[in-house]
Amino acid sequence: MSAPSGLDPHAGSSRTVWSPGTRRVDFGRRVLVLRRRRVAVRLDWRSVTVCSVLALAVACLAVLALMTGSYQLSPGQVVSALTGGETGLVHDIVVEWRLPRVLAALVFGAALGVSGAAFQSTMRNPLADPYIIGFSQGSYTGALIVILLVNGTYWQLAGGALIGGIATSVAVYVLAYRRGVQGFRLIVVGIGISAMLSSLNTWLILRADLDQAMAAATWGAGSLNGISSAQVAFGAACIAVLLLLAAMSSRPMRQLELGDDAAAAQGVRVSATRLWLIVLGVALTATVTAASGPIAFISLLAPQIGRRLTRTAGITLAPAALVGALLCLAADYLAQHVAPTPLPVGIITVMLGGGYLGWLLITEARRRP
Amino acid sequence: MSTHTSAVDGPSAAGDAPKSTPSPSGSRLHVESATIGYDKRVISRELSVAIPDESFTVIVGPNACGKSTLLRGLSRLLKPSAGQVVLDGADISSFKTKEVARRVGLLPQTSIAPDGISVGDLVARGRYPHQGFIRQWTEADEQAVLRAMDQTSVTDLSHRLVDELSGGQRQRVWVAMVLAQHTGIMLLDEPTTFLDITHQIELMELFTDLHHAGHTLVAVLHDLNHAARYATHLIAMKDGHVVAEGPPAEIVTADLVHEVFGLRCLVVPDPVAGTPSVVPLGRERPPAAPTTETT
Repeated sequence: MSAPSGLDPHAGSSRTVWSPGTRRVDFGRRVLVLRRRRVAVRLDWRSVTVCSVLALAVACLAVLALMTGSYQLSPGQVVSALTGGETGLVHDIVVEWRLPRVLAALVFGAALGVSGAAFQSTMRNPLADPYIIGFSQGSYTGALIVILLVNGTYWQLAGGALIGGIATSVAVYVLAYRRGVQGFRLIVVGIGISAMLSSLNTWLILRADLDQAMAAATWGAGSLNGISSAQVAFGAACIAVLLLLAAMSSRPMRQLELGDDAAAAQGVRVSATRLWLIVLGVALTATVTAASGPIAFISLLAPQIGRRLTRTAGITLAPAALVGALLCLAADYLAQHVAPTPLPVGIITVMLGGGYLGWLLITEARRRP
Repeated sequence: MSTHTSAVDGPSAAGDAPKSTPSPSGSRLHVESATIGYDKRVISRELSVAIPDESFTVIVGPNACGKSTLLRGLSRLLKPSAGQVVLDGADISSFKTKEVARRVGLLPQTSIAPDGISVGDLVARGRYPHQGFIRQWTEADEQAVLRAMDQTSVTDLSHRLVDELSGGQRQRVWVAMVLAQHTGIMLLDEPTTFLDITHQIELMELFTDLHHAGHTLVAVLHDLNHAARYATHLIAMKDGHVVAEGPPAEIVTADLVHEVFGLRCLVVPDPVAGTPSVVPLGRERPPAAPTTETT
């Protein structure tokens, strides 16, 4: 194999390879080792392949979404509009009208996927995500209060949701805190707080007049309808920073999966790392929720689907992000173009999620008779 | 902090075993009148223990005597509420966490192998304290992992899933992970507890090999006879304090066993190794052999 310099000549070998002086660790799967100057990384071949395919699928689906609508376009027109080759109506339709929504679905989906991955990994529980521990109900409470009290603008609504969701997460964390936070206790406390807030929300809606209740219900279902490019740009900038921070925390996150003691003995600051990952997860979900309302279940599904596709040990961020983007795009496409009347994207993801939970219950019940 | 000279430092992870360079005091790792416990429940008060360099130290004692707590203190998993744990001449809590992890390794009582992880992958996780965001898998990492797997005879299992292994094999893999961490000092918390007798002995022999290769080992064990046969330094604990410490041949007596465990016994020479061997007397049974018994 003639390899470019820096690229390990044994890349892609699946068994221990003997060659003069060098022996390679057999990981039981193909790995790709890149060593050049100060950089030395090991990539999992299957993960790289799966991520490439997912990225391609996301791109195709995005083009399809940009084509579809009351004014049907060809793939060529979409690509040329995106690369600046079109002016006039086609440019307006693709770049001004449809692109913000497609970008929002893509970026928000990725954010939700990573958010769920951070939660499920730190809590070592496939049922953990920010929404399950009370974030969605809390942000809904915040949004409801804004709608009821000040009949707020988009940004006020976003602020209310942000404050409500974050306050709930902090409350859940503090209530679940006993010599550090354990995943299971956090989830149980979160479900309890969620249930309480849910009844509070019902009470708030009952007090509202019809218009307010309608607005609240639309927001609460999670929708990308009427999202503006300014809103998308702001959300995407926040999410880009958060995703970068998450990527930098992925190694300690992976180490935490070995158990608190083993991770601590290997130099991970366990409590600080766990809190940091929870903060990142909540911040990602908060950004999405503030912009679009709660889009449930993507954060729950994406990490698990990603893990099953890559067959890695533990949860990894990149597949979770790509699956999240794909799911959110697909759900929004279904909600807009396939459903008999346009629906909020959140309704589709809840349906997907319900199916997933049912499947999980059935397979878990089979595994433990 | 840069004054701590230790051969464990540096990127020389490949090749040779990490030598625990003897410190002037003869103990790189010791506890100085420390109070260790959980929250308000104090387990040990005013505890002072030194781990002799290049020893195979075994800590024994009845359940809840504070032996695992001591090990957690030595590995910085528990911070003493008073006193200090000293590593290479400085308070262990003054080090960065990763720096401690480059000097002291720990095999915890329970660890979790993520679903679907292969042996090679798990052992490679032990390299964490030597890695960084852009330096995740250097040649030194690769060689240290290979060497750790060779030493624990798990190289042939490298591609297998950890879930598929027997208990004895799995424990060897965990030891390999700690070995890959390449620390001069290794702490082992009840490493043999859930294994059958053959695998227990196999693992104890492995620890002896590692000790001969230059590691300082500290293990918490339940089996007194294993402790007496394999340890070079024995620490007997009861109610959070040290009752006796020293070479097993000098300190293991029927009196000590009675004092620490409340067990009447004979101590006879192990017919194979010649080390002290504890034979329990049981109820209502007078000692049959008049050799070294007391009580």
